[in-house]
Amino acid sequence: MTEVSLQQVVKRYGQLEVVHAIDLEIRHSEFVVLVGPSGCGKSTTLRMIAGLEEISDGTIKIGDKVVNKLPPRDRNISMVFQNYALYPHMSVRENLGFGLKIAKHPESEINKRVEEAAEILGLGMLMDRLPAELSGGQRQRVAMGRAIVRNPDVFLFDEPLSNLDAKLRVQMRTEIKKLHKRVNNTIVYVTHDQVEAMTLADRIVIMRDGHIEQVGSPLKVFDHPNNTFVASFIGSPPMNQLSGKVIEKEGVPHIDLEGNLTIPVPNRARNHVQVGQQVIVGVRPDDLTPEGHGMSDVGEIVSFDLSVSISEPLGTESILFSTIGNNEVQGKMLNPRPIEGEERLTFNLSLDRTHLFDAETGQNVLGHSDGSN
Amino acid sequence: MSSQTKTTLNWIGTFIVMLIITMPGIWVILSGFRPLQEILAKPAIWIPQRLTLDNFRAIFGIGETQIAIPVVAYFRNSIIIATTSTLVAIVVGISGGYAFARYRFRFKNTLFLGLMLSRTVPGIALSLPLFILWARLGWIDTQFGLILVYVALNVPFTIWLIDGFFRQIPKELAEAAEVDGCTRWQAFWRIEFPLAKSGIASAGIFAFLTSWNEYALASNLTRSTNSKTLPVGLTDFIAQFTTDWAGMCAMAFIIIVPALVLTFIVQKHLIAGLTFGGVKG
Repeated sequence: MTEVSLQQVVKRYGQLEVVHAIDLEIRHSEFVVLVGPSGCGKSTTLRMIAGLEEISDGTIKIGDKVVNKLPPRDRNISMVFQNYALYPHMSVRENLGFGLKIAKHPESEINKRVEEAAEILGLGMLMDRLPAELSGGQRQRVAMGRAIVRNPDVFLFDEPLSNLDAKLRVQMRTEIKKLHKRVNNTIVYVTHDQVEAMTLADRIVIMRDGHIEQVGSPLKVFDHPNNTFVASFIGSPPMNQLSGKVIEKEGVPHIDLEGNLTIPVPNRARNHVQVGQQVIVGVRPDDLTPEGHGMSDVGEIVSFDLSVSISEPLGTESILFSTIGNNEVQGKMLNPRPIEGEERLTFNLSLDRTHLFDAETGQNVLGHSDGSN
Repeated sequence: MSSQTKTTLNWIGTFIVMLIITMPGIWVILSGFRPLQEILAKPAIWIPQRLTLDNFRAIFGIGETQIAIPVVAYFRNSIIIATTSTLVAIVVGISGGYAFARYRFRFKNTLFLGLMLSRTVPGIALSLPLFILWARLGWIDTQFGLILVYVALNVPFTIWLIDGFFRQIPKELAEAAEVDGCTRWQAFWRIEFPLAKSGIASAGIFAFLTSWNEYALASNLTRSTNSKTLPVGLTDFIAQFTTDWAGMCAMAFIIIVPALVLTFIVQKHLIAGLTFGGVKG
């Protein structure tokens, strides 16, 4: 059983604090993805787990062992680096076997385990080549092979796919997921790409400026973002954010949006807002759809007309650009048809799926979801 | 112009340029194998008429001879001094270069600049202060004294060159090795050192050649067969009224050969080293 546990972990460079007392519990054989914009502290956090950066304060545990002061080699982890970090002067075979050789395993066992890993990753033909003679995707595979050969307690991935082209990235993403199914070790994975995070993770950890903003399953962080940052970071295209004010209309709380648009406060949020409160309404493009081109089970709906300025056809759907007040908004048109010029369409907004955030704090008015699923 | 004539012209051009560059060297080597009369003949005899080993016999004191130069002692001194100072300069260069490339510490840039500035002082300007200091310390005419001087001369260069090489090795490689189970020390020896080998080899050959060929300081700081090196030994051929050019050229040949052989051995590294380290240095 290998849990990874971070308690009040701080990283400082001199006076500058880059990771602020974060807490995180990673379960055995869980695939956890740390995601956030560059400079959010996700890579630093990973490197602290690896032991490549010292922690300034707090406790890191791998399994039952406090590893604060342990060097990387005593943590039984392996890591895949962004630039692969293959040893340029060794063949693929030597690269794969290096860790076992250092640990002084007998030659026959090294050969056996290297062959196994090579087979899992389809490296058979490449074993005697040097890294310089491999393509990007092959290097990526060797780096993963080197990680699995040692059968560590925890795998750490530091943006492993960001040097690959788009097509290969999708392919390797699937391979990583398959790999996890097969070896079932605990994985901590760092990326800035929210699609990667969503597709791979059992749980996503969203970070910003050295803080953890939210921890949860992909669907949880998608359906219940704790704040406007998470709301805008997760999901593509990003969630529309419209500012408005809560007013009373016909005895029911409504939100007065810019551009003379008023929508009722969604039922589930009614007890969480007060009249006069400034709020931000979050609407995903998926929940703002032209009439007849949306999802079928949308529940409570508000309809209004918008003129479409641009449409981006993607085949199965089109992204429509329009404005509400001064805000540009994006909607989605399923089963799309061509849009001519500045066409005016009736849009349905799915009230049940809108999110309400306090304008001042940016926090979800429904409160935070806990760290579990 | 066909590509073949172009190649031919290139070869002829290269040959002429190389001939001009290597002429003095060739002349010295040839003269080492010719009798004195032929060397001093006027007008000059360009094509050697008679080759002989008499000059070598003479300096080694074999057979009938007037001059015997303690060339074996000089050779021994040169080997000991050049090799030791090179080894020390390389060890210091590796440690220093690695520290400058990998670690952050106070006054790092100032220190590096100081090392580089020390290269701007012409060696000969140091000869008098060094002489006085060495005389007080009793290091005149010792191998140790000269080794110390050469180490000091070479260390800034070796640090600079080796630093450039370590800088080009991504630090993730050592980190990957550490994650793979290496200690910091193992990661260095098994990953970073082999990758910087060509740079270290180039730094080594340069340090060796500098020590091997150095004349000005050695001539001030050495006196006898205790510490005299080959270049200083050359002046033994200059007597009050005569200079034994033939003997001098023969000895120059002896000096050139080891340097030449060494350069050929590491030539591959040297080329890779100079182009590789030179870019980022």
